[in-house]
Amino acid sequence: MTVIADPFLAADARRERRFFLSLSLPALFIVGLAAILPIVWIIRQSFLTTGGEYTVGNYEKVLSSGLTWSALVTTLQLSLGTLAICILLGTPLALALASARPRVANLLMAFVMLPLWTSILVRTYGWLVLLRRDGLINAALTGSGLTAEPLPLVYNFTGTLIGMVHYMLPLFLLPVYAAMRDIDANLVRASASMGATLGQTIRTVILPLSAGGIFSGSIIVFIYTIGFFITPAVLGGGKVNPLSTRIERTLSTFQDWGSASVLGILLLILMALVGVMFLAARRLIAGRKVGTGHA
Amino acid sequence: MLEAYPDNRLARILLWSFCALVMAFLILPTLVVVPLSFSASNLLEFPPRAYSLRWYEAFFGSATWMAALRTSLILGTLTAMIAVPLGLLACISMNRLGGKAAVAIQGVLLTPSIVPGILLAIGLFFVLAAQRLVGTLFGVLVGHVVLAIPVACIVLLPALARFDWNQVQAARSLGANWARAIGGIIVPQLQISLLSATLMAFLTSLDESVISIFVASGQNSTLPKLMFLSLRDQIDPTIAAISTLWTVIVVAVVLIVTLRQKS
Repeated sequence: MTVIADPFLAADARRERRFFLSLSLPALFIVGLAAILPIVWIIRQSFLTTGGEYTVGNYEKVLSSGLTWSALVTTLQLSLGTLAICILLGTPLALALASARPRVANLLMAFVMLPLWTSILVRTYGWLVLLRRDGLINAALTGSGLTAEPLPLVYNFTGTLIGMVHYMLPLFLLPVYAAMRDIDANLVRASASMGATLGQTIRTVILPLSAGGIFSGSIIVFIYTIGFFITPAVLGGGKVNPLSTRIERTLSTFQDWGSASVLGILLLILMALVGVMFLAARRLIAGRKVGTGHA
Repeated sequence: MLEAYPDNRLARILLWSFCALVMAFLILPTLVVVPLSFSASNLLEFPPRAYSLRWYEAFFGSATWMAALRTSLILGTLTAMIAVPLGLLACISMNRLGGKAAVAIQGVLLTPSIVPGILLAIGLFFVLAAQRLVGTLFGVLVGHVVLAIPVACIVLLPALARFDWNQVQAARSLGANWARAIGGIIVPQLQISLLSATLMAFLTSLDESVISIFVASGQNSTLPKLMFLSLRDQIDPTIAAISTLWTVIVVAVVLIVTLRQKS
């Protein structure tokens, strides 16, 4: 940066800066109006009775209800379950894609992106068709004699988990694939030439170098799944009730705005906690990297 | 990357068969609805015993579905028309300001994509209820615009980073006002990115379901809201027909965007 000595030029620069700042005002205004104000409103609503008076009764009611705690547990089970399966399925898939020839990898990536761009409702419907009692998968299972009775695959926790993994896997894969593609192939070659087996190379070279990508992918999975609504609402069949569907039911069926708001705030707190945990974990990983780098 | 292990054929076969299975898992739900949509039967039988176009006729012949389709298309168009100009201005602002100011603006603009949809939806519902605007097109529109702005910015920010700002300064020093400098120089040069941003913003609105479920109602119900409600109640192959059309349209749009960006 050059230092502007001329006071007229300095005033000019300030005016220009103000002008550029003003360009983002319309976008900021609408985000404030339709995203930030609503969050503030939820906080306010959580302290109001139906009559509009201030109360902490909503909190007492929601926090003393067993349904709330089971919703919290279900939310975490769904999020952690989705995350675990995404890591198990996505990491090897990313490894295969990263080791494929570029043309093959691009083609396969296009297939990975296809579900990402299909409507969540289309995909949920597809899973309903596949997982129903008389659906395709059960027909194949009973037809081949693998199971005598059709398995309960949908309108329960299993079905919800399948739908959520299907939604999150492409989003998890993207950062992991990017990280693995950036690994210097010479490192793998060096490891091989020094006599490391494939398993050792994956464990000691590839996985540590793609840890950043797996970490980013995990954050994405968590942020998305913690508030997931459509999949549990449809594939859960009313039996799987994380915070999101509990909020909907409290609002639409019971018209209880106060309790719905308290549940919403629980969701916000959960997100904040998870965010802080991930930040702390990242700092820890970064710290360890520096440590081993000098050892 | 694993070419350093040419002898490890077993591991390779295992890895690729695993890969094929996961790919099948990813694609199957989207593909399975296509043959179903051409079924002649009321049942969700697979493969269909006879084929027909009756579910497409059911969709296009239904006043409710058509109203929802119209609402969704109008909403998508309006969302793109509002979100892209706002996003472009914000991106110019971030590009020029740089530093902490840009990070702060980006942080605020990204909030809607981080906050769970269900929270935005009920919060917006409360705010709109206080203004007696629940069920109006306006209510859903602002919700969709805030979701589409970050999407537009993701496309436009890198494009602006490649843009040579000296051209604007040249135009300014020759007497063009800001509106003319932006409209006459930035917009034409970012044409392709702006088109991509527009299509992405449109898709974001078309695809959005949670805000619509809470805020839209009656005449202003969107296609995703109606699909959601009918998935909960009873499922007939009409949804398969809509899903097939939907997927075809989205794939076409995404192909246009990627091919345009490459050329």
